[in-house]
Amino acid sequence: MKQFETVIGLEVHVELATETKIFCACSTKFGGEPNSHICPVCTGMPGTLPVLNKKVLEYAIAVGLATNCSISRYSVFDRKNYFYPDNPQNYQISQLYFPICKDGNLEIETKLGKKIVNIHEIHMEEDSGKLIHEEDTTLIDYNRSGVPLIEIVTKADMESAEEVNTFLDKLRLIIQYLGASDCKLNEGSMRVDVNLSVRGTGEKEYGTRTEMKNLNSFKAIKRAVESERDRQIELIKQGKEVVQETRRWDDNDGTSYSMRSKEDSRDYRYFPEPDLLPLVIDNEWIEEIKKRQPELPEMKRLRYRLEYEIPEYDINLITSSKHLSDIFEETIAICGKAKEVSNWIMVEAMRLLKEKAVEVEEISFSPKNLATLIDMIEKKTINRTVARDVFEEIFMRDVDPEIYVKKKGLTTIVDENAIREIINKVIKENKQSIADIKNGKIKAKGFLVGQAMKDMGGRADHSLVKEILEEELGRI
Amino acid sequence: MSLMDLTAVQLGKMIREKELTAVEATEDALSQISLYDSTYHSFISVDEDGAIKRAKKVQEKIDSGILTGPLAGVPVGIKDNLFVKGMKNTCGSKMLKDFYPAYSATTVLNLEAAGAVIIGKTNMDECSIGSTTESSAFFTTKNPLDIECVPGGSSGGSAAAVAGKECSYALGSDTGGSIRQPAAFCGLTGLKPSYGRVSRYGLVAYASSFDQIGPISRDVTDCATIMEILASYDENDSMSIKREDNNFTKALINDVRGMKIGLAKGFFGTGVEPDVKAAVFSAIEILRNKGAIIEEFDLSNLEYGVHIYHIIAAAEASSNLARFDGVNYGYRSKEFDGYNDMYYKSRSQGFGMDVKKKIVLGSFVLSAENYEKYYKKALKARKLLNESFSKAFKKYDVILGPTTATTAPKLGDKSSNIMGDYYTIPANLLGLPAITVPCGLDSMNLPIGLQLIGNHFQESTIIRVAYTYEQARGEIL
Amino acid sequence: MISNADLLSKLEFSEKEREAVDRYMNSMIEFLDTLNELDTENVEAMSHILLGESVFREDIIRNFSDRETLLSNAPDRKNGYFRVPKTID
Repeated sequence: MKQFETVIGLEVHVELATETKIFCACSTKFGGEPNSHICPVCTGMPGTLPVLNKKVLEYAIAVGLATNCSISRYSVFDRKNYFYPDNPQNYQISQLYFPICKDGNLEIETKLGKKIVNIHEIHMEEDSGKLIHEEDTTLIDYNRSGVPLIEIVTKADMESAEEVNTFLDKLRLIIQYLGASDCKLNEGSMRVDVNLSVRGTGEKEYGTRTEMKNLNSFKAIKRAVESERDRQIELIKQGKEVVQETRRWDDNDGTSYSMRSKEDSRDYRYFPEPDLLPLVIDNEWIEEIKKRQPELPEMKRLRYRLEYEIPEYDINLITSSKHLSDIFEETIAICGKAKEVSNWIMVEAMRLLKEKAVEVEEISFSPKNLATLIDMIEKKTINRTVARDVFEEIFMRDVDPEIYVKKKGLTTIVDENAIREIINKVIKENKQSIADIKNGKIKAKGFLVGQAMKDMGGRADHSLVKEILEEELGRI
Repeated sequence: MSLMDLTAVQLGKMIREKELTAVEATEDALSQISLYDSTYHSFISVDEDGAIKRAKKVQEKIDSGILTGPLAGVPVGIKDNLFVKGMKNTCGSKMLKDFYPAYSATTVLNLEAAGAVIIGKTNMDECSIGSTTESSAFFTTKNPLDIECVPGGSSGGSAAAVAGKECSYALGSDTGGSIRQPAAFCGLTGLKPSYGRVSRYGLVAYASSFDQIGPISRDVTDCATIMEILASYDENDSMSIKREDNNFTKALINDVRGMKIGLAKGFFGTGVEPDVKAAVFSAIEILRNKGAIIEEFDLSNLEYGVHIYHIIAAAEASSNLARFDGVNYGYRSKEFDGYNDMYYKSRSQGFGMDVKKKIVLGSFVLSAENYEKYYKKALKARKLLNESFSKAFKKYDVILGPTTATTAPKLGDKSSNIMGDYYTIPANLLGLPAITVPCGLDSMNLPIGLQLIGNHFQESTIIRVAYTYEQARGEIL
Repeated sequence: MISNADLLSKLEFSEKEREAVDRYMNSMIEFLDTLNELDTENVEAMSHILLGESVFREDIIRNFSDRETLLSNAPDRKNGYFRVPKTID
């Protein structure tokens, strides 16, 4: 038995995929000229007042419902007061006393089996601006100031990096399915703070915890969790104390640093935001949002198992992206061939993703074109060899396969005389292979088929070539 | 005789009837300012050229029949915490001495749409924190009725500008009495609307839960007329309420027969000067003669209003004023050591002592160890006070009392006590409408204010009582 | 003595000012403490006077037209950024 156990809770910030900011009508668009998406509200000008973006509340409720939270019928915004230049009002509008969602959970499955991770609460808040550090000065861009966030706070229910990442993966997928966020760790649309403590196995009391920030990938989270666990265990073994503090992970060094600042007291002086009315949410509205919820990953997997005869591995891979499963389903809706569509996605699309270093979310071909391609194979308009090349064109440039095949002259050759002529030529040019075949080396037949296909630019109907070759060989 | 002796409605009527133009009215106001403002110091900034230009445009619109409202072409002063785009907005503070807002307050836009001619921004206590206008970072405003006295505050510049006949009416903001108290000290009518009636967008916030913008005017008719322009639903203020009952001039009815008026005993305690008490009682007599039913009653927990106010207002002010840090606007100290020191230096140099004290108090009552003891306690006490008032309004249409316990104190008189806003504060704490009308003079010939508090959104009721009283009262000054 | 409330407020005082602030704070606290006489057991905290329908904005972009004035009030700026002393070491 291990001497120590690790106790981990998470605070996950997710930027919501709204068009406008949480309290003003500025665009949330990423990038752009500095301070180009700003107005008096999100730059903290005096005299301004916040007005809540309805979509923010609906997304927060949707995420709450999808993570089995209870939705608060009465919810209040609070001001969190602290001075920092990325925060133009020097307070952040957030929720402390009456958050929008409470007491949820997600079930995760790891090598050790199934486990429930409890969600303490989900609250809404505004993002801060961006600081760019130069040699002696810091520059401020308020484009991000006021972008809506939800913060998902879990209970300290996780014990390992694997559990953390399994939970996050599941959470991320749910939020992506809801369309509430793209949840990109590397771009900061999902930010994970890890609260970690260790204690002797079997002990009741929690150890002192630290909060780890700046985790920009699942890999970084894994490394940081393990590093921090080891650091704390080492301290305890040496009889030293773990200090309650915020630490910053440096993924290049593979280590973390204390972010303690000497002076700043952590007294945020939360109080109810006087400029926003408490939210009163009725059952009817919650039901309406419930009705609008899209099919979530678990339900989708269940349905795939029932509707399509495809392997479990394929189901899991396709449903691991809302985008991919959308393409999958839309293609099936047109051509009806689930198995075939799955094969193209699992084999060719996955190969191209790797080769071209494209992200799943960047796949941009239209389902109609894949469906047409599948149809063309079925009708033997093209053969599979050609189809693979055409698929690459569809994948990269979303070409219409019918037009492309026509323009490039790739339709399958089914003219028996033309094929026979080529085969006879191949037989003439490969005397050794004929001798091999006579000596029982059947493999040589494949070589001859290959040569004939090559001569016809790969376009001939494969089975026809084989058939005619047999005929001609029989005549020798 | 100046055009500024007229009420706003009288002047508006003359302009509408082409007896004179908006430009002439504006020129008259500007000439009054040039005559008197070196004495009264009502204005922080006067936009002479802009005012004439605006008056010309307004006159064109009057001539072409686009503007037909009662106050088109009438010059107005705006408290310097209400944004007028293109005009400097200091809020009476060094912190904002060079600040130009990027937008206009909704109330300012409403006035402009009604053809008001904004002539300048009026002096005020720094960040609205104060009740004498002496805490302005720039200069002290004098009470035009007695230049040895304060005009009251924090909207003291607005009251002085109207009383000093430098404009026809003015806008103020009222967080704990900042419209009503200076109006009372300057012999004017002032109204604090129900919370949510008038948009706060573009008002530099002091205490967000209490702030309301309202008129300071020569009489009740002006007051009701201005209120019709100010009141509007504004999607930029989440506290703004869509109301259909914004036609306040309909409430200018000379009749209070059968109306029930309650005199809260707590408003007539020992702190009230005898002259004030006498004037208020003579007003009560007048209303009784007009047929109102008037009786005394106990309003429980009234004495805690000041506590509640000081805690919540300081708390909210400390947060609202945190944005003044010299980062993206406002005063930034010339010398500092690093960004954190920049905060300390800029804020310590940019704010005056009264503001700083209020901020420290606010941080104190909100801090982790004091939150329950002070802030939360105040919210609970507020609930109890609200219950007392709700109970009272089941019985009475209006609650009557003095606006202030005394008349305007002398300039530099530091004896003002913590209970100074006792009479005006409850309306702010509970979001109730309240109006002050002059009801007499004390032995020094300084005006005394009568306050009428109405139930939520019952502005029409207090306007009606105030109007009836005003008609029966006759001239005072 | 520098009080915690000063730090939270980002304010500093000279010795003389400090005395004035302390006097003010002491008298205010003494006064405010009398609120404890009031029994608020089981009383709900009233944070908002109005409890109407929740107010929302639809998620539709409206660009603010006067970015220049927003930037022009800045004590220091560079290339469209606001500029402050460096916030990290």
